[in-house]
Amino acid sequence: MLEIKNLHVSIEEKKIIKGLDLSINKGEVHALMGPNGSGKSTLSYVLSGKDKYEINDGTIDYNGKNLLELDVDERANEGLFLAFQYPMEIPGVQTSFFLKTAINSKRKYLGQSEMDALEFAKLMKSKAEELNISTEMLKRDLNVNYSGGEKKKQEILQMSMLSPKMAILDETDSGLDIDALRIVSEGVNKLRNSDNSFLVITHYQRLLNYIKPDFVHIIADGKIVKSGDYSLALELEEKGYEEISQTA
Amino acid sequence: MAATDQTIKQVNTLGSSDYKYGFSTEVDEIRPPKGLNEEIIKFISAQKDEPEWMLEWRLNAFKVFNKLPKPQWAKLNIPEIDYQDCYYYSIPKSLKDKPKSLDEIDPEILKTYEKLGIPLKEQKMLSGIAVDAVFDSVSVATTYKKQLSDLGIIFCSISEAVKTHPELVKKYLGSVIPVSDHSFAALNSAVFTDGSFIYIPEGVRCPVELSTYFRINAMNTGQFERTLIIADKDSYVSYLEGCTAPMRDENQLHAANVELVALDNAEIKYSTVQNWYPGDKEGKGGIYNFVTKRGACRGKNSKISWTQVETGSAITWKYPSCILQGDNSKGEFYSVAITNNMQQADTGTKMIHIGKNTSSKIISKGISAGKANNTYRGLVNILSKAKNARNFTQCDSLLIGNQCGAHTVPYIESSNSDSMVEHEATTSKINEDQLFYCQQRGLNSEDAVGLIVNGFCKEVLQHLPMEFAVEAQKLVAISLEGSVG
Ligand SMILES: Nc1ncnc2c1ncn2[C@@H]1O[C@H](COP(=O)(O)OP(=O)(O)OP(=O)(O)O)[C@@H](O)[C@H]1O
Ligand SMILES: [Mg+2]
Repeated sequence: MLEIKNLHVSIEEKKIIKGLDLSINKGEVHALMGPNGSGKSTLSYVLSGKDKYEINDGTIDYNGKNLLELDVDERANEGLFLAFQYPMEIPGVQTSFFLKTAINSKRKYLGQSEMDALEFAKLMKSKAEELNISTEMLKRDLNVNYSGGEKKKQEILQMSMLSPKMAILDETDSGLDIDALRIVSEGVNKLRNSDNSFLVITHYQRLLNYIKPDFVHIIADGKIVKSGDYSLALELEEKGYEEISQTA
Repeated sequence: MAATDQTIKQVNTLGSSDYKYGFSTEVDEIRPPKGLNEEIIKFISAQKDEPEWMLEWRLNAFKVFNKLPKPQWAKLNIPEIDYQDCYYYSIPKSLKDKPKSLDEIDPEILKTYEKLGIPLKEQKMLSGIAVDAVFDSVSVATTYKKQLSDLGIIFCSISEAVKTHPELVKKYLGSVIPVSDHSFAALNSAVFTDGSFIYIPEGVRCPVELSTYFRINAMNTGQFERTLIIADKDSYVSYLEGCTAPMRDENQLHAANVELVALDNAEIKYSTVQNWYPGDKEGKGGIYNFVTKRGACRGKNSKISWTQVETGSAITWKYPSCILQGDNSKGEFYSVAITNNMQQADTGTKMIHIGKNTSSKIISKGISAGKANNTYRGLVNILSKAKNARNFTQCDSLLIGNQCGAHTVPYIESSNSDSMVEHEATTSKINEDQLFYCQQRGLNSEDAVGLIVNGFCKEVLQHLPMEFAVEAQKLVAISLEGSVG
């Protein structure tokens, strides 16, 4: 699915990712943990193609394609999804309209016809219900005046409607209350299948109780310093980054 | 609906960013020589079989025009207009002898309107909307006439109204925009060719949208539109105008005078979607759109609301205004002006508060891309008798790219201490993070810009007649094609 080799990235001359390797296969869930400023969000932006990042070295293969050559929207329509750490507000654009536009962009890219209005309404309703998002919410402008947690839920709604092949969740759990955390996790688990993959960025082992990862990676200063299975998250919780990084 | 279908078509052919209405129609035209003089004015008047008083009115306006100084163009870069190098009248030969039915109209002309999405034939007529179609200097046909006249509504070309309803025309023509207002107003009064005339009788709510579709076809020809709308006591009308022109290398002039009169408790909603040919990327060709639009809220509790979506023209110069004479009268101005490439727009409104408790609201959204310039110029004038007058103004500008400009020039004059005037203005660049977010959801960069800009304009677009708003959104997106990436 995704194969990152020796990735070096800088922004405005500042080196942020310094030789990162990561390989994610179909059907796997990987968790990425690491201290503030270690380059987690940067990695998610580079994967989704945000400009201003300079790729100094390395390759990224995505389903046999050179990911770095694809435009942002091409990557998205090829099934790469980023749930943002800080979702954007878009004033004047109704949330439901945004969802419809996103779905139809993808369908257009895949050479399919637009989704029928009724079919769309049904899909949105059922997915929103699963995530406990009210229909009133969907009539409001996208993310405008949404609470922090509501924004995160909105990201997951978009994800479940677009059913991506490779989803990156950047600190989706931060800001969610206990119930919302459970609901969102259930949403993610529902989506999980043998064909898609997830990269879950988080600071808290608690999320991984709900979304059981196949692998856990620890990133520090732009490199993956340690990888393991779920037990690594527990160990991290106990020892903290400092000690774990030293034992790496 | 005229511009609706037009934009649907435009959207269907998306993919090439060319102006979609650039075709021209081959028709034999009747056209007197170029130049502006008394002879031409007499010719126009004679062609239209006008009564003597109308000709005199025109000739007087021409005298006034010759005495008036040219307007001072503030933010616009306008090449000197050579009034002698322009045709003032051009009509298809086939329309000379007033076709009595559509069967007598040159099929080429009917085809033009069909291509534009405005079928004029009975069986294909657009539902819920009556259309007056103006081709160069003449009105081709007006639909739904019979149904409207049963309600006492008069909807016809102004040329026809001069003959059939002279008392109304005499009473109101030039009563809102005096001939001597400025040189374009005088020029239009002298050589105006066609446009619509609407009269809504007392107590009648017009059940359909009334609409005029303006098409400039002939080369080197100025179009001098004249429209007059009168809403009698307790009446209501919603009116919509759409405009397109062929792509031509030389500039063409559209100089319009539009007058609205609302009597006691009457309401006029006037919407424009202006999509004249804007010229090419380098700024060659395009329409000069010099428009004077003014509404008089003469009666108490009357209301005039202007909504405009200005996406076309090389140069737009227009300030739809309200004279709030009647006590408690209301004026509104909702505007989206988009300039891309080399386009220039200087637009805004004037709200003149005269009566007590008058209120006005101005929402202006200017979007500039490419090397374009976009200026909001507005005046809120509260006279001493306008006790308790209110105004709210909000002007937002959005810039796409680094080479375009946005300017806001609000004038406020208040000679009344218990009036209240609020003004808010913002200027921002299109947000890169928002664009990235939309693109991450699969929208290409143009769709992303279209979506964000439409969100920015929402407050204005929602004032357009309903079905029309959706199409206007698509037009907004199309006008900005090629502005990013
Ligand atoms: N535009 C920029 N210019 C300069 N430095 C930047 C820029 N963007 C990010 N950085 C720096 O890059 C580093 C990595 O940032 P990043 O957002 O990837 O961290 P993170 O691992 O996601 O942290 P957190 O856990 O706090 O979300 C930080 O030191 C940050 O300050
Ligand atoms: Mg981060």
